Amino acid sequence: MDVAVTVNGTLYERDVEPRKLLIHFLRDDLDLTGSHIGCDTGNCGACSVIFDGKLVKSCMLLAVQANGSSVETVEGLSDGDEMTALQQSFSDHHALQCGYCTPGMLMSATALLRAKPSPTDDEIRKALQGNICRCTGYWNIFEAVKAAGR
Amino acid sequence: MTTIAPEKVIAPQKQWQGQSVPRKEDKRLTQGQGVFVDDIKRHGMGYLHFVRSPYAHAHITSIDVSKAEEIKGVYGTLTGEEVAALTDPFFQIASEPGGQIKDFALAVGKVRYVGEPVVAVVADTRELARDASELVEVEYEPLSALVDAREALKSDAPLLHDDAGGNLMWQGTYEWGDLDAAFAEADRVVKIEELHFHRFNSTPLECDGALVEFNRGTAQWTIHTNNQFPGFAAIMMGPAMRCGLDKLRFVTQDIGGGFGNKITSHPQLVVCCLLARKLNRPVQWTEWRTDFHMSMSHGNERWFQDTEVAVKADGTLLGFRTKALDDAGAWLRYEPLGGVIWAQVTPGMYRWRHIRVDFTQVATNKAPVSPNRGYSRMQHLWFTERVIDIVARELGLDPVDVRKRNYVRAEDMPYETPNGCIYDSGDYAQMLDIALELIGPVEERRADAKARGKLLGVGIGSTLDSGTNNFGQSRLINPELQFSGNNEVATVKLDIFGEIVVTLGTTPQGQGHETTAAQVVADILGCSMDDVHVRAGHDSYWNSHAGFSGTYASQFAVTGLSAVKGATEMLAVEIKKLASVIFGGVPAEALELAEGGVRIKDNPEAFLPFMACGAIINANNAGLPEDLDVTLNCRYVYRPPFEVPDIERKFGNLTLTYAAQIHVAVIEIDPETGYYDIVDYAAVDDCGKRINPQIVEGQVMGATAQAIGAAMHETYEYDEDGNLLTPNFYDYHVPHALDMPPLRTGFIESPSPFTPLGTKGMGEGGGAGIHAVCAAVQDATGKIVTDSHNPYQRVWELLQ
Repeated sequence: MDVAVTVNGTLYERDVEPRKLLIHFLRDDLDLTGSHIGCDTGNCGACSVIFDGKLVKSCMLLAVQANGSSVETVEGLSDGDEMTALQQSFSDHHALQCGYCTPGMLMSATALLRAKPSPTDDEIRKALQGNICRCTGYWNIFEAVKAAGR
Repeated sequence: MTTIAPEKVIAPQKQWQGQSVPRKEDKRLTQGQGVFVDDIKRHGMGYLHFVRSPYAHAHITSIDVSKAEEIKGVYGTLTGEEVAALTDPFFQIASEPGGQIKDFALAVGKVRYVGEPVVAVVADTRELARDASELVEVEYEPLSALVDAREALKSDAPLLHDDAGGNLMWQGTYEWGDLDAAFAEADRVVKIEELHFHRFNSTPLECDGALVEFNRGTAQWTIHTNNQFPGFAAIMMGPAMRCGLDKLRFVTQDIGGGFGNKITSHPQLVVCCLLARKLNRPVQWTEWRTDFHMSMSHGNERWFQDTEVAVKADGTLLGFRTKALDDAGAWLRYEPLGGVIWAQVTPGMYRWRHIRVDFTQVATNKAPVSPNRGYSRMQHLWFTERVIDIVARELGLDPVDVRKRNYVRAEDMPYETPNGCIYDSGDYAQMLDIALELIGPVEERRADAKARGKLLGVGIGSTLDSGTNNFGQSRLINPELQFSGNNEVATVKLDIFGEIVVTLGTTPQGQGHETTAAQVVADILGCSMDDVHVRAGHDSYWNSHAGFSGTYASQFAVTGLSAVKGATEMLAVEIKKLASVIFGGVPAEALELAEGGVRIKDNPEAFLPFMACGAIINANNAGLPEDLDVTLNCRYVYRPPFEVPDIERKFGNLTLTYAAQIHVAVIEIDPETGYYDIVDYAAVDDCGKRINPQIVEGQVMGATAQAIGAAMHETYEYDEDGNLLTPNFYDYHVPHALDMPPLRTGFIESPSPFTPLGTKGMGEGGGAGIHAVCAAVQDATGKIVTDSHNPYQRVWELLQ
């Protein structure tokens, strides 16, 4: 099936199998490999992207469902080479180790900070509960998001 | 989050080591520009999917791949029969009887656990490979399954491996000191019938994978992978595939967590290699989450039976004896090394001198076990900590007092354990004081919880993170093995435009090696760490690896950074030699490295920038003295000071360093339901000199979180037919953001006297958390806790 999807501001037109997942479309067809796959069951959030302004797990959508939509991935967060304030805050607070969950974590945090620019501790934890990290224990991620939100 | 430190550490100006500098890796990883194995693509590559066994134990009576191969877009298949013809069984670490088993990359003739790979299918898309796998017809003749290790040695138990003649894989007796005298001297003998350490692992978020290319002209495979111990994979794969190690090029860059779980992917890598050659195209394999849970690197499940502890009335521990029964699962992929690794920490943190452990390892119809963060030491340290708290309870003593009475003391360091290991440095009692201070008084909180109908419990976990293996310990389980010592490699060079380029043999999975290596180099060369370029990942083409290269077993801060230090010091000497010539014979002692160049100490105006040094040697070297032995490209192999252990006495130094952890957990239980929360938590760590405190603390936090998950939620449970009941993140609950308790961290620094930088390997100290939770449950319920896994239901049962 033909799909036309705008990803990080660029329009992509592709012919895809109807059963292809959005995450595989992003990674394999568009070579946007920043979004990751960690579970196949919608638990881990490594594939989180912002879809028409809303945070979604891209392994839970088909590529064809994105036809006509606008998707933001981790590659689109920074405008140019410099890290964004949120990315810098993750680095400053050592909120990542292996970095595999980080793109999804950043997308969840981005969605939160857009909705609530100065979130409370509780709001941060709730916003990140759909993203699994096996390296950090989350504590430094909470600190990083909080600092970026100030 | 609260952090306290015994003293403020202020590094001198321009000292990079000891600073929490941001990581070099972070920019690419936060911008989605990391390169993980599944990100790598090649023209014409095929995707591999494994057909896996639906039975825990069955004969394979027939395999028919024809329907799968007829599908357009399916490139080909591989069966166990082909593997058995094309390869030899993997080398076995075990002596008799486990050494007799025949382990191939795919099941041959029989399956031994649910999820065991039986056939591999390669197709032009992931989805098609998966579909075609459904068309592979495998006929099975089911057999009874063995799922409880305690049944394995019974005469009527199902037999996994005919070649081994039974389910016993390895057995050994460890005895040190004088048990009879210790028990004669004891005022009390505390008996513990059975303790059980459960099966779980660290579930790195990225599953295993590889992209393998075969070069027909050179008969060489290039294996892009996230295997975390290529040195081990190579020695397993080369002989099996009947090729020299030069034919196996391992390449890694970013790895999405490892925790030991990515050491034993060599069977799957062999399948990829065989198919890349057979199909003449690159083969890509990415493990699915359920495949990982069913088949990859479960942590060792262990029972401790008939334990007896000799103790004085005042709580002085004299010794213990126990029978350890270890469940290896279906194959010995790294085992039976777990049968000796625990001996690195034989007495735990305590001064008892008389110890006997009868160690037995058996096979069962479950996924093979392999290293998991804290590998084998975690199980044993959980046991010693359980013993301490059970003894304290039986004697009516305070667990804090029993610990302090028996801890190896700071003044005893370096301390030789009953089995010849040397605890290099530390002050466990001080660490416990810091941890208890972080938590503060609990009696009021206990009363407050009681008033709210809750049971409050406080538990301590005190553990060691032994690092830098002496691989000679493998001879304690198989005297025929020719392994000993350890090594790691680094190269440091100065290139034409003055670039300082560092290459490591390691395979980091988030430990920040690029950063800490640069910190060490910058201090020695007197430059900014921004000027130090550390290559990302591992590539066996770089000539910067040795037999034990990899990232595992808490050793980078010792092996990796000592190699970096060695290579950089060689380079520093060469730079001075060159400058001595350029400056007209000024002796090297009169020179110093600073501000990105070399200068005469008494005449700093005479300055030769690194750029000039690199340019002269690499591109403008005519006229230099013939005997000037300078390449500005230095390779150093760090080899820790080890002897081969005494095999008869099972005695010797098995690891170089001993980082220490004291954790304290405070929990509140709802007695109606068994539900509990960790309401306060302190983790105090001592890993000697810290090169980057923030990275160290990150490891402490991560290990703590994994411990909390393992203690409360995570378990690989099997039903009686050998079906895994927790094959995905729905059923296998890992901690989420909302699960995390408040955390307070503290540290002391006891530099290791045995390592070039005073560092100790660290990162595997999570076991302390499992024990702290167990001890807190025991404290709150007043019931002896005998299992390492305490979900709400088990706590509720304890209270009934």
